[in-house]
Amino acid sequence: MNASHRIVTASPHIKAADDTPTIMWSVVASLAPVVASAVYFFGPSALLVLAASVAGALAPEALLGNRGARSLRDGSAIITGVLLGLTLPPGIPLWMAFLGGAFGIGFGKLVYGGLGQNVFNPALLGRAFLQAAFPVAITTWPAASKNWWALQGDNFAFPLMSPKVPDALSGATPLGLMKFEQTSTPSLDLILGSTSGSLGETSGLIILVCGAYLAARKHLEWRIPASILATVAVFSAILYAIDSAHYPSPVFALFSGGLMLGAVFMATDMVTSPVTHRGCWIFGVGIGLLVVTIRLWGGLSEGVMYAILLMNALVPFINRATQPRTFGALEAESKP
Amino acid sequence: MPAKPTFRSGVHPDDAKELTAASPIRRLAFPSEVVLPLQQHTGAPAKLMVRVGDHVERGDMIASAQGFISSPVHASASGTIRAIGPWPHPNGNFETAVQIEVDRYSAQMPRRRLVPDWEELSREQTVAAVQDAGVVGLGGAAFPAHVKLSPPPDQVIDTLLVNGCECEPYLTSDHRVMLEYSERVYLGIRIMLHCLGIERAIVGIEQNKPDAIEVMRSAAPADLDIEVRTLEAKYPQGAEKMLIKALLDREVPSGGLPGKVGVVVQNVGSVATVAEVFETGLPLVERIVTVTGHGVRKPGNWIVPVGTRLRDLVAESGGLTDDASEIIFGGPMMGIAVANLDTPVLKGTSGVVVLSESEAPPKEHYPCIRCGHCLEACPVFLNPQRLGNLAMSERWDEMVDHHLMDCMLCGCCSYVCPSNIPLSQLFGMAKTALRRRPAA
Repeated sequence: MNASHRIVTASPHIKAADDTPTIMWSVVASLAPVVASAVYFFGPSALLVLAASVAGALAPEALLGNRGARSLRDGSAIITGVLLGLTLPPGIPLWMAFLGGAFGIGFGKLVYGGLGQNVFNPALLGRAFLQAAFPVAITTWPAASKNWWALQGDNFAFPLMSPKVPDALSGATPLGLMKFEQTSTPSLDLILGSTSGSLGETSGLIILVCGAYLAARKHLEWRIPASILATVAVFSAILYAIDSAHYPSPVFALFSGGLMLGAVFMATDMVTSPVTHRGCWIFGVGIGLLVVTIRLWGGLSEGVMYAILLMNALVPFINRATQPRTFGALEAESKP
Repeated sequence: MPAKPTFRSGVHPDDAKELTAASPIRRLAFPSEVVLPLQQHTGAPAKLMVRVGDHVERGDMIASAQGFISSPVHASASGTIRAIGPWPHPNGNFETAVQIEVDRYSAQMPRRRLVPDWEELSREQTVAAVQDAGVVGLGGAAFPAHVKLSPPPDQVIDTLLVNGCECEPYLTSDHRVMLEYSERVYLGIRIMLHCLGIERAIVGIEQNKPDAIEVMRSAAPADLDIEVRTLEAKYPQGAEKMLIKALLDREVPSGGLPGKVGVVVQNVGSVATVAEVFETGLPLVERIVTVTGHGVRKPGNWIVPVGTRLRDLVAESGGLTDDASEIIFGGPMMGIAVANLDTPVLKGTSGVVVLSESEAPPKEHYPCIRCGHCLEACPVFLNPQRLGNLAMSERWDEMVDHHLMDCMLCGCCSYVCPSNIPLSQLFGMAKTALRRRPAA
């Protein structure tokens, strides 16, 4: 009989297979098609921007993470980097993308205590920082280019110097066209993604498929994108029914801008979304309402980022207000 | 196929029952020594009646019940009392136990005794006979069976639920009892219905035991109001509250017992044991134990005397494999890991699971990512995520406000946690801390 070693642990002695790194890496894997479509539409610039934002996210995590370089192994910083990159225009200077990633992880996550402790989605915080710091660079959209290999802007601008803006770059996003020029974009172009915009703002269809895969593996809470998209669709449909000349159609609202990416990959960040089912519905409806409100009546053409960040701030309260009723407790007795 | 009745939430671990589900129950040879702790049940420990050097026959009472919520202990083999003192107990502590050196030449026949005829006995006399025989719940918690059979007069019981779920992975002793001793189970049900003065019983079996469902259905006596129902295979389907919810759609109030909703739940093994008491007159001195897991060479379902040491049980099961890593008394979800091979099988030990290194690999701990999987898994709808945070900062009173006392330590939250946070261990710790705290 082998008596060399015997472990004694507390029950349960068996465990479900999925651990935190598995979940994180499966999110990374499911972002691969989204990245591929960004590269397909925007060429090498897309890869460069994504590489810079990922490098920016990894650097502070590796240097300052409370688990040291081990922090990198759980895959969560890569998600932040990729998601941030996907919110950026393809022509942004790489040093800005890097800085955004570093800010997102450094000030969006590590100052709170690292993985699991942050209040706001780090990728969106990184983007909000870039929006405030470099409002021109982050809203400069390339026009459709003939040559796939051509860079989409001054990616290699020297740090802290303003990028050159060549004349050829005069594209505008469907949302910008809608808001500032009252021009609409064909729905099919929106759904397939052959429009101008940030790297991940293009193909809503691919994002939905990737999200469905994650939801099937229980690595994504489907109630959040479902409630966001349903709210945006219903709210837009009501406005469209009232005044179709002035307000966009629900299909346009769903497939334009960063809504798909935000609803499927950003709002569902486990750390910054509610833990209860009812809380997820409230969270999603809130984001949906804010997105439409900011897009239609705010100063910006896109509102997904601020909608999610605002609702992130409410998550602790939503969690507290939506505690499940304990089994066998009377409705009135189950309060905290 | 229509959905089988069940409860909300819970988990679906790999049940690994194929290791022993097809192994018929076999009786092992008597070991050279049995060790009988005085505390083998929920309630007051039994009171010692013997001294070192005494000779006892199989079935003799060696410790008597102390009060109503207590149970006597009987010699499980004929022999001589070698020692009385502290002995490793499956609960991890040392507890007072009686060590009997088994008489090698004894036929192990019990003394001649009067077999009570339950049909002639009053309800009270029948219940007393069950207590005298030391019958406790064989499903794991070892709550004295007679207590559940004598509900307080203000409670109106209408249904006896017989628990054949065996929702713990790996274990198959209840499964085999239903297959091989269905007649005895039905006799036990008759006796229990007599004790309770009611007519109706429901047997609940998870759908992963179709053969047991079929046997129990075909053996059901026509003169009794008995229903055999198939339940979804899901852990912890066999928890009393979950079983009552699934079979009767009644919710036991928080802090209450099943009697509050008119139900008594008994495990099939306990039911069969009660029948045996009235068939043979022999008290609870042996039980069926599933010895299984990939860490043991010859898994099987064995009848062994209560008090058989782990050492003997493992030896009879072909010994441990080279990669055996963890030995568990009970199932892998709620059972207790033991290291000492002298630990004895108790009345409530439904199985011994020996996990190999690949079945119980070491898991790295990560920070909580608030995924909410624990809330989805909790069968009593607690917020283990919040409770876990409170436990780590020792805020016991706030945990009580968050319904810690409704937690039954089933382990579903720990099972699903992707960050491998030992949630149910933290909750067990919190309960212990609260229990030990002097009353203010």
